[in-house]
Amino acid sequence: MHDVKTEAALDSAWSGGKSPFAMGSKKLGMWLFIVSDTLTFSALLITYSYSRLTNPDWPRPFPIFPAIAFSTTMTVVLLASSLTMVMAVMASQRNDRKKTVMWMVATMIGGLLFTGLHLTEWMNMIFKEHFTITGNPEGTPLFGAVFFGITGLHMTHVMIGVIYLGIVAIGYGRGKYSAEDVEVNGLYWHFVDLVWMFVFPLIYLMSVKY
Amino acid sequence: MNTQAHAEEAHAGASVGTNIAIWVGLVAITFLEVFLAYEELQPSVMLSILVVLSVVKAAMIMSFFMHLKYEKFALVLWLVPAMIFCICMMFIFFFPEAFRLLQMRPH
Repeated sequence: MHDVKTEAALDSAWSGGKSPFAMGSKKLGMWLFIVSDTLTFSALLITYSYSRLTNPDWPRPFPIFPAIAFSTTMTVVLLASSLTMVMAVMASQRNDRKKTVMWMVATMIGGLLFTGLHLTEWMNMIFKEHFTITGNPEGTPLFGAVFFGITGLHMTHVMIGVIYLGIVAIGYGRGKYSAEDVEVNGLYWHFVDLVWMFVFPLIYLMSVKY
Repeated sequence: MNTQAHAEEAHAGASVGTNIAIWVGLVAITFLEVFLAYEELQPSVMLSILVVLSVVKAAMIMSFFMHLKYEKFALVLWLVPAMIFCICMMFIFFFPEAFRLLQMRPH
């Protein structure tokens, strides 16, 4: 026979045999991955901000038209794909497999469009404006390293996200994966969107050509 | 409240209308940031404003799109303070050098 305090401890969410955060291990694992990836991007963006403020000859290669208008379009496309992902997660929780797959495909199209626009911009910068990872005609060569490094790492995340969405959409459509898998996939996709919310203002809007 | 009820509450999330409102808010802040880019502010002032606006956007995405507002608060306490602490530590290591270089920079 236990006393009152022991009974209360055994009844708590932390006494074992229960999920203290009321969620599955996949979702918890994705949250931990997101925290670790946040620190990776934070380190890169803080290093960038430091370089940006301390270098007087920082290149400003982005005029409002067309470069900033172009990257704003990319931002809106990525944000729109986050909204379609929200719709996919909501549909999966209603057990509506057809609509879930439809919204996930829409999210993939958003991701592919973003990647396409981004690569177009990269090609323009590399081949027309002669910006490379080691040098550029306008100022400190550090610019190329941070610009291609940070946007490249983000674009890699987007491309992995599109592949991940494709795998989960097929699996969920066939009944192999559950609504939780779609939700975990959604967490990853929103994180990719969240990172861009820092990359776009810090990299692009801090280097506008007037 | 039992665990089952907690789980159901966690899955409730925001309505379609709320999510669309958040999305419109995110697009509006993005356009505000682009508008600020026209204003030719000092890089340090511009950087500070942009970081604050980005943190607001990140909080909106995490709370609503990533459902953190609807999860158990213990999860937020477990993940967020530790993450913010680590990010602050990065600032501590960078800033003495950054201030020194700012003083050395030609005017």
